[in-house]
Amino acid sequence: MPPVNPKIALFVTCLVDMFRPSAAFAAVGLLEAAGCVVAVPQTQTCCGQPSYNSGDRSGAMLLAAQTIRTLMAYDYVVVPSGSCAAMIKRHYPELLSADVALAAQARALAAKTYELTRFLHDVMQFRPASAASENTTYLDSCSGLRELGVQAQPRALAPSGFIENGDAETCCGFGGTFCVKYTGVSTAIADKKLNKLAATGATTVTGGDLGCLMHLAGRAARRGLPLRFRHVAEVLAGDTHTPAIGEAGK
Amino acid sequence: MQRRPAAFNANANEALLDADLQLALGAAETGFGVKRRKAISGLPEFEALCDQAAAIKDHVLDHLDTYLERFEAQVFASGGMVHWCEDAEQARQIILTLCQSVNARMVTKGKSMIAEEIGLNPFLEANNIQPVETDLGEYIIQLADEAPSHIIGPALHKTKDQVSDLFHAHHPAIGYPDRLTEGEALVGEARAILRQKYLRADAGITGANFLIAETGSTVIVTNEGNGDMTQIFPRMHIVVASIEKIVPTLEDAATLLRVLARSATGQEMSVYTTFSTGPKRRGDADGPEQFHVVLLDNGRTEILGGDQRDILRCIRCGACMNNCPVYMAAGGHAYGATYMGPMGSVLTPNLTSLKQAQALPFASSFCGKCEAVCPMRIPLPKLMRDLRNDAHATRITPARERIGLALWSWLGQRPALYHGISGIGLRALNILARGRGRLSWLPLAGGWTKTRDFPAPQSESFMAQWARQRKPDA
Repeated sequence: MPPVNPKIALFVTCLVDMFRPSAAFAAVGLLEAAGCVVAVPQTQTCCGQPSYNSGDRSGAMLLAAQTIRTLMAYDYVVVPSGSCAAMIKRHYPELLSADVALAAQARALAAKTYELTRFLHDVMQFRPASAASENTTYLDSCSGLRELGVQAQPRALAPSGFIENGDAETCCGFGGTFCVKYTGVSTAIADKKLNKLAATGATTVTGGDLGCLMHLAGRAARRGLPLRFRHVAEVLAGDTHTPAIGEAGK
Repeated sequence: MQRRPAAFNANANEALLDADLQLALGAAETGFGVKRRKAISGLPEFEALCDQAAAIKDHVLDHLDTYLERFEAQVFASGGMVHWCEDAEQARQIILTLCQSVNARMVTKGKSMIAEEIGLNPFLEANNIQPVETDLGEYIIQLADEAPSHIIGPALHKTKDQVSDLFHAHHPAIGYPDRLTEGEALVGEARAILRQKYLRADAGITGANFLIAETGSTVIVTNEGNGDMTQIFPRMHIVVASIEKIVPTLEDAATLLRVLARSATGQEMSVYTTFSTGPKRRGDADGPEQFHVVLLDNGRTEILGGDQRDILRCIRCGACMNNCPVYMAAGGHAYGATYMGPMGSVLTPNLTSLKQAQALPFASSFCGKCEAVCPMRIPLPKLMRDLRNDAHATRITPARERIGLALWSWLGQRPALYHGISGIGLRALNILARGRGRLSWLPLAGGWTKTRDFPAPQSESFMAQWARQRKPDA
């Protein structure tokens, strides 16, 4: 049985907060429709993943501690991003292992932290009523797929499913700071991915990680490819009126 | 051209413009992927075998001294010799001494990455001994005077047309005047040339995939049989191998062999799996008169004692690079080192210096596919991340990156300031975007906008809008 009216902290993530509030509003709408009581703790900032993956372990530890303090008090923490959710769920316990008290808190937080689609599907057993997934292909992001096992859930949540692109296990080339440090390689990987996505005939690409989507949307726009990019929360909430990522307002 | 790890980015950008290389990489990426998946789907216990294989190597690393000594004793008992070498220079010298002891002018070589690691070929040439590579891929790149671009497919970066040109540039002088273009004909020509070499070689040098402590045997796997002819025909067989290649028993070697070929080429077994135990015995029909194993440390005991020791489980199957999006875009030469791809990005800084090779552990999107396909369960992203930590902690990363990261974590601990400053940033981006939805240029963000537009923010941050619309939560 799914929990009744669980109190959820939405951990928005830096990118969604700054660049795609519509995805956060869509996530709130989905969670509320599923019966959750959604809070957005105002002291949340960054989970520390950029620091962690750039070698700044002490900076990452400070941000992890700050994030744990912000999110501890809720029944569940839901994150509209596979990589930020994996940071909390898979990497916080190891990152904070030297501090016994903090490590225990990290493990407790990890246990109740979920990527959005996985939470909606696995925990709330929710089926969105108004999802708009026609002509849409789903971009599996690597962290969500390999670190959290997010694969069946987004597909099951879309009533008509998604158009499969047969390339779920291959990276899109984003990789956080990797995409600006090694621009050429990152772009070459993006181009291979975009060619496969375009070959599906889908007009919209959706996915759970805004970083990957912004990277591909930016590259597709530069190449003039007729693909639109939306966060999976928007697609599942049936939000088709908000301009797609990188599109001008109407 | 000699490439350096520090120039990975420039090397990679050059590689991306090389149409032949991209063609070769594209074919390899598809081929390796399909074959590995097929091989693994035919063996339901594959994942369990990988766990066993990793456990064997972990056990070996815990007791490396014991097994190495047992191996040496068994080699000696079967009439061979073991030569312990702390570094590349010692290994080169002992190999030279061995070759000179049989007045070697020409030696045949089976494929060996350790020979690459110690720079054996140029050293032998400088000492008037001609090394002849007998693995087809190695033979090709020896003609081209290049380094291997892949640990199991040294000439993976070459197209068939390039090989055709290369053979036609070199072979007419030794009696093969025709330009060949078909794969089979090219292979046939190389085979005919190499056949003459085996019988004339004064010594044969091979690597080893495994060293078996129980029997003192060395094991090689090949698909061409070149390794067998390299080690059987000459009077002296020299095996050059690094110390972590050891396994306790024949049975353990069998377990590792079962995951090796499937992970590497997608074969169930390589065409030839050859066990060598000592020199020719009285009554043996053939085999070398002398059997020498050159055991190389070259920094490995250092790795063994540190937090990167998982990389010593590597059995050089190449699955990590075959499945690496970065390797498949940049090719192996971009790494500027003996080893490439994810395993190389970990091993190179450990074997050389992190300062010189720090670009490599950063050359990963951390997509995690290398770890997912590694049959030896090596946590490659974690090892690369640990190297990034070391690079950051020892302040060898660029200062502006360290300052940026320090600012980011400082700001992230001050939520009000963080949200205030991100609000200002968003307003600035919106002014620059002028309602177009995306920016084609951004100050200080050339790394993004050189090849990609930057999607503009929608308007205000979500947090700001939420605070206005709903009662803020603590």
